[in-house]
Amino acid sequence: MEWIQQLINGISLGSIYALIALGYTMVYGIIKLINFAHGDVFMVGSFIGFYSITVFGLGFFPALIISMAACALFGVIIERIAYKRLRNATRIAALITAIGVSLLIEYGVIYIRGAQPEAYPDVFSNRSFAFLGAQISIQSILILSVSVVLMILLQFIVHKTKTGKAMRAVSHDTEAAKLMGINVDNTISATFAIGSALAGAAGVIFGVYYTKIDPLMGVIPGVKAFVAAVLGGIGIIPGAMVGGLVLGVVETVVSALGFSLWRDAAAFVILILILIFRPSGIFGKNTREKV
Amino acid sequence: MKKSKFASLFLSISLLIGILAGCGSDGEEGTSTESKGGDTIKIGANLELSGGVASYGTSEADAIDLAIEEINAAGGINGKQIELIKVDNKSDAAEATNAAIKLTSQDKVVAIIGAATSGNSVAQVQIATDTKTPMISPSGTSTTVTVGEDGKVNPFTFRTAFIDPFQGTVAANFAANELKVKTAAVYADNASDYAKGLAAAFIKDFEAAGGKIVAEESYVAKDTDFRSNLTRIKSANPEFVFIPGYYEEVGLIVKQARELGITVPLMGADGWDSPTLVDLAGADALNNTFIITAYSSEDPDGKAKEFSDNFEKKYGKVPNSFNALGYDTVYLLKDAIERADSTDGTKIKEALEATDQLELVTGLYSVDENHHPIKSAIIIEFVDGSQQFKAKVNP
Repeated sequence: MEWIQQLINGISLGSIYALIALGYTMVYGIIKLINFAHGDVFMVGSFIGFYSITVFGLGFFPALIISMAACALFGVIIERIAYKRLRNATRIAALITAIGVSLLIEYGVIYIRGAQPEAYPDVFSNRSFAFLGAQISIQSILILSVSVVLMILLQFIVHKTKTGKAMRAVSHDTEAAKLMGINVDNTISATFAIGSALAGAAGVIFGVYYTKIDPLMGVIPGVKAFVAAVLGGIGIIPGAMVGGLVLGVVETVVSALGFSLWRDAAAFVILILILIFRPSGIFGKNTREKV
Repeated sequence: MKKSKFASLFLSISLLIGILAGCGSDGEEGTSTESKGGDTIKIGANLELSGGVASYGTSEADAIDLAIEEINAAGGINGKQIELIKVDNKSDAAEATNAAIKLTSQDKVVAIIGAATSGNSVAQVQIATDTKTPMISPSGTSTTVTVGEDGKVNPFTFRTAFIDPFQGTVAANFAANELKVKTAAVYADNASDYAKGLAAAFIKDFEAAGGKIVAEESYVAKDTDFRSNLTRIKSANPEFVFIPGYYEEVGLIVKQARELGITVPLMGADGWDSPTLVDLAGADALNNTFIITAYSSEDPDGKAKEFSDNFEKKYGKVPNSFNALGYDTVYLLKDAIERADSTDGTKIKEALEATDQLELVTGLYSVDENHHPIKSAIIIEFVDGSQQFKAKVNP
C-alpha cells in the first residue's frame, strides 16, 4: 500500500512541475529562449494568490484566476521590457538577461515585503479518505484535477484557436509566419501570457499543497521544471506534461527507496543522461541541424 | 627584520598604553580599586544589548537586574552588595572580546555573565582563562562554549542553559518513561549539526531505555515535500516520531504527516519554538505534539511561579526563557561565591564545578565534568495551537 501512496505523492509533485515546465517549453518553442525568470513568475503567482486569499478574503478559485490573470500580465511586461529588444541578439545575451530578470524579481520581492516565509491559509478542509490503503487528501484530488483541466485547456488553445494556430506557425518559422500576415509580436506576447498564467496557477497550487511560500521558492521548482521540459523534449507541449510527471514520480521513488538525500541529485542525473543519450527528449524528433 | 622590530615596538607600546589606561581608570574610580576586598562585589555582564540578537541580550539584562535587586535587598552575598557593570557587545564577537578585556582589566570584575549567544561567548573564553575570571553564558548552547576545539574543558567557562544534544536525551526519557512507547522513528535535518546531535542522543538513550528505532529518515533544510519520507515512516508503524529541526521545515512536516494519517505523538526540541510553526502546521495538526524548552512561565513550581510573578510585576510582561536563564545565572553565581566564601576567581570556579542539585527557576542544576549542566527540562504540549505546560523532567 505504501507504493500507491508514494505514487500519489509523486503525481501531485509532478503535476506542479508539469505546469511550470509548460511555460518553459512554450517560450522556448517560440523564441528559443530558456526563460529563467519563469520560476520567479511562479513565485509571484503564489504570493498574489496568498494576498488574494488573506487580504481580500477570496476563495481558492477566485484567487487562482486572479493570480493567473496577474501573472499573464506580468509575463507580457517582462517580455516587452526585457526580451523584445533582444530578439535578434545572440542567444547567450538573452539567456543572461533572463537570469538577470530572475534575480531582479526575487530580490525585488524581498525588498518589497522581506524574505520571511508565509504560510498559506487552509482553503480546503484537511479531510482525506482511504483508498486501497493510501490516504488521499481532498486537496491533492483538487490540485490534480485543476492541473489536468488547465493542461486540456492549453491543448485546446494551441490546437483549436486562431492564436494557437499563430503560435504554432511562429514556432515553426518566424519569418514565413510574418510573411503570411501573422502579428509575430502579439503572438509571442500571447505565448508569454499563457505560459506565465500556468506558472501563476502552479504557484497557487503549490502554496495550497505545500503551505510555505517565500521569495526564493521559485528557484528549485524552476530548475526542476526546466529539467522536466528538457526530459520531455523542450519546445514540445505534451513532452513538458509527461516530463513533469515522470520527474515527480522518479524523485518520489528515489526517496521511497530510502535515498531521500539523493532526491535532488536524481533530477540532475536525469538531465545529464538525457542530454548525453537523447538530447531532443522523450518526445523530440531527431532533426539534423541545417548548416 | 626591521619590520618585525617595528612591529614588536609598536606592540609593546600599545601594551604599555593598555596597562596605563587600566591604571588610569582604576585611579579615577577611587573606591572601586579596593572592591575585591571592599564592600561590594563587582559582576560584569557582557551582553548583546544592541545589534542582531539584541532581544536575547536585553531579555537577559532585564532579568539580571531583577535578580541583583532581589539579592541586594536581601542583604547581598556574604553581606556584600553586588555591583553590576553592563557592557554592550553589539552582537559582535570582536566587540565581545573587547568587552571582556574591559571588564577584566579596567573594572576588575569578580565574574562575567554572558554572552547570550554561543559565538559571542566563545569570543571571551581566552580572556576568562587568562585572567582567571569565571564566566557563565546564560544561553550559549553550543558545546564549544565550555569545551575547546581540542576537546579540553575551558576551565573558567560555565553555562546555565543545557547543551543541544541534551534535549535528545530528554526526549528519549520522555518517550520511554512518560509516553511509554516501545518503537520510535527519527526524522532529522541532515544539513544541521544541531539536528544531527539531537538525533544521535535520542537514538542512543531511547535504545538504552529498551526502545527500538524502527525508521531513520533525513531531510535537508529548505525542502518542501516530505511526503515520500513520511510515507516510509508510516509504513514502519512507529508509536512515536522524533523530529529535531527548525520550525520552517517542521511546520510542513507535521502538517504533511497528519495528512498522511500519522497520528502518533510527534516531538521536537527548541527549534520548533516559534509562532510561525502554528501558521505552517495548523493548530489541528499540532495536537499531540511535544517540544522541549528550558523554561515555561506556566511552570507551577514554587520557584518558577515566584519568578514569573515578580518579573511580571517589575516589567509588566510574561518572562521568556532568556529572562529565566539570565535570572538563574545570577543565582548560580551567587551560590558559588557564597560557598567559595571568597571573590577569588579560582575559588569561585571550584565552587561552580561543585554545584550540585541547586534549585533554580529552570529546575535543579548540577555541573558535569565538561561544565555542561545536568538539569531539568520542561516538556510543552501543543493544544489547539497554544503551548501548554506538560511536565518537568528532572535529570
